[in-house]
Amino acid sequence: MKSFSAAVITFPGSNCDRDMAVAIEDVCGGTVHRVWHRDAELPAGLDLIALPGGFSYGDYLRSGAMAARSPIMRAVVEAAGRGVAVLGVCNGFQVLTEAGLLPGALMRNAGIRFVCRNVALTVANTQSQFTRGYLPGQRITIPVAHHDGNYQADEATLDRLEGEGRIAFRYAEPVNGSARDIAGVLSEKGNVLGMMPHPERMIEAAHGGKDGRVLFDSVVRGLVGA
Amino acid sequence: MKVRVYVSLKNGVLDPQGRAIHHAIEGLGHSGVQDVRAGKLIELEVDDTVTDAALNEMASKLLANMVIENYRIERVAA
Repeated sequence: MKSFSAAVITFPGSNCDRDMAVAIEDVCGGTVHRVWHRDAELPAGLDLIALPGGFSYGDYLRSGAMAARSPIMRAVVEAAGRGVAVLGVCNGFQVLTEAGLLPGALMRNAGIRFVCRNVALTVANTQSQFTRGYLPGQRITIPVAHHDGNYQADEATLDRLEGEGRIAFRYAEPVNGSARDIAGVLSEKGNVLGMMPHPERMIEAAHGGKDGRVLFDSVVRGLVGA
Repeated sequence: MKVRVYVSLKNGVLDPQGRAIHHAIEGLGHSGVQDVRAGKLIELEVDDTVTDAALNEMASKLLANMVIENYRIERVAA
């Protein structure tokens, strides 16, 4: 079997790209390609594309708005269409909504303030390739660090997300005012996950827990089983 | 010519920034302000040949996020 191959995209202003690459290398093994936003093509044969956290383009216009229109995103949209797993964390989630790969939008936190702390989440979907290692309803702890994490979409969209089991994680405590406590959502085909909490910051004991490790482990195990 | 694109939140979308501004106005001692909504004004300097269709595309694909925002385009006479 070929070894695991992932790409981590770096935009100007990304600041969690190295953490993401280290987490993937540690949990998934294989090769992690670092890809610059101006690149027009992704490496061939990727198993996972990760859009990291940070403040791409200084959050100009709207968080993630400029990054979503950068050259590499055309390739990411195309790869997502082919079924390649795409994970967007924090700013990466904002980029995915701005690029139209996920519905809804991430608005300023309801409490106005930047929120940076560990939060309790409930795993709402354990069928997806990102979450199948968790137990249904499992309560996990993952850190958040964001100003614009307030997930909003119209009621019909929210109903559809719930009906189709596309809510991956919910906040188990008040964090940012997100509609229906949504912390992470899946695309229709389930191969794109956007989430505000940072699983890559919870992968070893020194981080204070390993609840994020399960997510990366789920991705790689799915491939081994396939 | 100058073009102004006004970007505003759709009705019903909560506006935490507007609410904070509202509180700050009240903090200044002003009463009678019912509501505050914050938006953006983006000014473009464009050739006269740029069409309304092109401006609409710029606004709907980039300047505004149509999930949560509306926009209004105004051409300003020189």
